[in-house]
This record gives sequence, structure tokens and C-alpha cells, in this order.
Amino acid sequence: MTNFYNEILTDHNMHPVHKHELSCCTCSRDGINPSCGDEITLNLNVENGVITDGSFTGSGCAVSQASADIMLDLVIGKSVEDAKHLHELFVKMIHGDACPAEIDELEEAGALADISHMPARVKCALLGWRTMAEMVG
Amino acid sequence: MSEHDYKRDFPVFEKYPDIAYLDNSATTQKPQAVIDAVSRYYREENANPLRGLYELAVKATDAYENARIAVRDFIGAASEREIIFTRNASESLNLIAYSWGRANIRENDEILVTISEHHSNFLPWQILANEKRAKLKFLKCSETGEYTAEALKKALTPRTKLFAIAQISNVFGRVNPIKEFAEICRANGTLIVCDGAQSVPHIPVDVRELGVDFLAFSGHKMLAPMGIGVLYGREELLEEMPPFLYGGEMIEFVTLCGATFAELPHKFEAGTVNAGGAVGLHAAIDYINAIGFNEIERRENELTKLLVTEMQQVPHINIVGSHDPDEHHGIVTFTIDDVHPHDIAAIFDESGVCIRAGHHCAQPLHKYLGVQSTVRASVAFYNDENDVRRFMDCLKTIRRRMGYSD
Ligand SMILES: Cc1ncc(COP(=O)(O)O)c(C=O)c1O
Repeated sequence: MTNFYNEILTDHNMHPVHKHELSCCTCSRDGINPSCGDEITLNLNVENGVITDGSFTGSGCAVSQASADIMLDLVIGKSVEDAKHLHELFVKMIHGDACPAEIDELEEAGALADISHMPARVKCALLGWRTMAEMVG
Repeated sequence: MSEHDYKRDFPVFEKYPDIAYLDNSATTQKPQAVIDAVSRYYREENANPLRGLYELAVKATDAYENARIAVRDFIGAASEREIIFTRNASESLNLIAYSWGRANIRENDEILVTISEHHSNFLPWQILANEKRAKLKFLKCSETGEYTAEALKKALTPRTKLFAIAQISNVFGRVNPIKEFAEICRANGTLIVCDGAQSVPHIPVDVRELGVDFLAFSGHKMLAPMGIGVLYGREELLEEMPPFLYGGEMIEFVTLCGATFAELPHKFEAGTVNAGGAVGLHAAIDYINAIGFNEIERRENELTKLLVTEMQQVPHINIVGSHDPDEHHGIVTFTIDDVHPHDIAAIFDESGVCIRAGHHCAQPLHKYLGVQSTVRASVAFYNDENDVRRFMDCLKTIRRRMGYSD
């Protein structure tokens, strides 16, 4: 049994900070999970190797939407290299392979650690992260 | 209502006494009687059926063919030659499309399917129509999932060769008037393919009474093992149809340049058959007959009524299809305002309630209804009020769990 509908997740789902359009971003990309129908458009502003701003729009399950919002919280203001590193940690955590110190490093995204017990939902949690990694990778 | 605790017949509930299993439309649990029958077959009667020249193989053949006779009687077919064992309803429907379809559908012919068909009774016709440059047409339903004779008559043309429809939709749970539709089709020279995957397990089905040309269903949705399914076809039609798969046991005579094929039904059963599965299906039929459809329907209808009426009391719940519980036959598909079905399913899972979320292999219907995905609870006779209560208790908390105030 799982318990990942904690306050962090429901809060980011109901009151996302980064869910809005972003004018004059340097790149944007669609991420889709066809089987679930989760779809987001991720916008990033990357200047001199730093993610200076970001946003997303779209719809889907709470896990996909909250995870994208939390991801943006984490990577905005960080270098592309740091964002890639966090992506790696997140993937590790979602597959149940991260140690407590690594989960700490993921800050609020650590609230999604329990999703590793729900294989069918892993791709929901990864959607925003995967899309971000594809954009900066 | 629970004079008899049927759950005691199902070992899975001994192992997991705390789950409320409400995903019976996806597959049912298996009673001990079925598990024992399959086990006995492999312990006492196993050999390669239909090929044997020794006693054990004769036993295997008898076990397999007796299962066919049980299916014949269960659905009221005229002859066991009309009963073809397949893997599941999907394979049965594909068999019709490949064999009958490729031999009979020509350019500009029309195939009519309902908008609510399961992908298994949709894609084989779509592919066939594309391949033959035939036209695929859709029969539309009302918001309550109802198909009318008037709409059917209007949709049929002299070119309509085939009409594909489920007796009970796996989303609406409504019983379609197949007998009436079959008469309309016959008058128009149109064959009717009935998908019985959700009806055969839950209501008495008699193919001659219904007047259908083909009926497809799966064993695993009616207490039998996975991997055994049935295609019923009228004998005259099956006789004329070319084989679907080629190989062992479906021939009469093979030479370097040709072959003649075995008689019905073996013509359509290439290769080694799933005798253990057929034996399990036979045991499932015996088990269902022992309880009787009167009792099965009474229990399932009572549970459905309880479910629908209680759900109607809860704000923000939208039931797909009719508001009348009698039109649901164990299947209640719904959405909750502002909560994604996958989140709903995960919260139910936390409470040990097994339900299904997604498009239920009916994407065209979801698009037609304007919803991305839905949640579905489906009951069987072995469920009880406690399962419904567990479901309702959890359902009422979901919006709050997701942060909404009501
Ligand atoms: C109405 C209907 N038709 C066909 C099928 C396909 O059954 P199976 O997957 O056993 O082939 C199902 C089951 O999901 C169904 O509900």
C-alpha cells in the first residue's frame, strides 16, 4: 500500500507556482504520457548555462502536475549541470535506488519517493523531469 | 442479502481477506472448484488431445471435447461444431475479421460498429475496412448509453455487411436489445457479431434465442483460467469460412502443393490446444450453473443498486450512462470533479479497494463522451455489502484527500 498523496503533493497540485505561460522563453517542449493522458508543455529560459526561469502548462493526474511544479521549484536558478544531476537523482529515487542523503538533496521532490512502489505511476512522476532533461540534454 | 458467503469458495479472499475486489469486468477471481479441475486435468488426464492413440490421450481428448459440449449447452448453440476455443474474446473477434472478413468484405462495403465498442471489437473492423477500402461507420448512443432500433435502421444500408456490438458495454453496463437488433440485421442481410465478454458471465445468454451470427467471450471474466475463450458461429457461416491459422490438428490431408482442412470446429483450432483451460472453463460453467443465474443476477443487481444509489448521494460524483441502477448490470463507471482517475485509483488502492481507471479500452467512446478517462467499479455475485461499504467510505474521502474542502 502506498501513501504518496501527502500535503506537499496535493498542495503543488492545487496551487502550482509555476503553472502559467512564459513569454520569451528560450525553449519549450511537450511531454506526453499517452497511456495516462498526462500532457504538459514545459518552458525554460536558459542563459549562459543557467536555468533562469521556467513554467509549465497542461493537464494530467496530480502526480504528474505536482511533480512538474516541484521540479521547476528545484531547477530554476540552477545551472544546467546541476539540473541534470538532480534529474539523475530523481530517476534513481523513483526506481527505489536512492540513499537517504540523495533524497534529502532532492528537497521537496523527496515527497514523491513512495511512488517507487507504484510502477504504473512512475512515468507520471517522471514526465516533467524527463521533459526538462530532454530540453537541456 | 448475504445468506451464502460465496467468497469462501475463492481462495484469493482467504489470502487477502482485506481487499474489496471490484474489478470483475477486467477479470474475475477463480473458485477452488476451477483451480481443482485444472489441477486434476494436469495430474490425471494430460496428454496432447486429438492426437492420441493411447488411453491417456483419449482421456485428454474427452476432457477437452466435454468442455466444448458444456459451452454449447451453456449458450444454447445447436451443435458443438459451432463452438471454437480461442484464447479470449479478442482472438475470437479477430478470427471473424480475418477469416470471414477477408473472404467477404469488398471495396465500398460497409461495416457498422457502435461508438462504445471495446477496442477488441473495434480495431479488427477498422483494420479490415482500411485493408479492403470498405467503409467503417459508427452507431452512436444517447448520453445514457442507449442504442435504439430506429438509429440502427437508419444506419444500415444495402451495403452494410456486418454490425458489431457488445451485448453489455464494459463502460455503461447497459444491456443492448440484441434480439431486436439481430432481427433488423437479418432483414437487411447484415451479419451481427455480438461481443459477449461482459454479458455471458452475468446474464443467461442463448444464441438461438438472440439470433446472433457470432458471439465472442472470454473464460477469465467468468471464473475460468486466463487463456481460454470462445467463438460461437452459426454452422453454415463457419463451414464457408477459410481457416484463420494454419498448422497441426486443423488438416485432413496435406501434400507438397496443398491441403484439405479438418472438419468444424477443429478447422479453426490450429496447433496444440489449451485443454487445461477448457477444463477450467467447463468447471466454471458447472459452478455457475449450480448457483444459477437467478441468484447471480439477484445478488449483482442488489449490489449495483446499492452502489449507484449511494454514489448518487455524494456530491461531485458523475456516473457515466444511466441514472437508473437497473441499467448498469454490475458496472459503474464514473468521474470525480477535479480529481484525475489515476489519482482516484491510487487512493482506493491505499484502502485495499481494487478498481480500474483509464479508458477501459474504449477510447473512441471516451472521446465521444468528452472525458479523457474514467474510473470503473464492477461487481460479481461473490462481492458483498461490506465491499460496497469499503468502496463508499473511501470514495467520500477522495476530494478531501486531494485538498478540496468538500
Ligand atoms: C466488452 C469487452 N469486449 C472484449 C474484451 C476483451 O476481452 P479479452 O481481453 O479477454 O480478450 C473485454 C475485456 O476487457 C470487454 O470488456
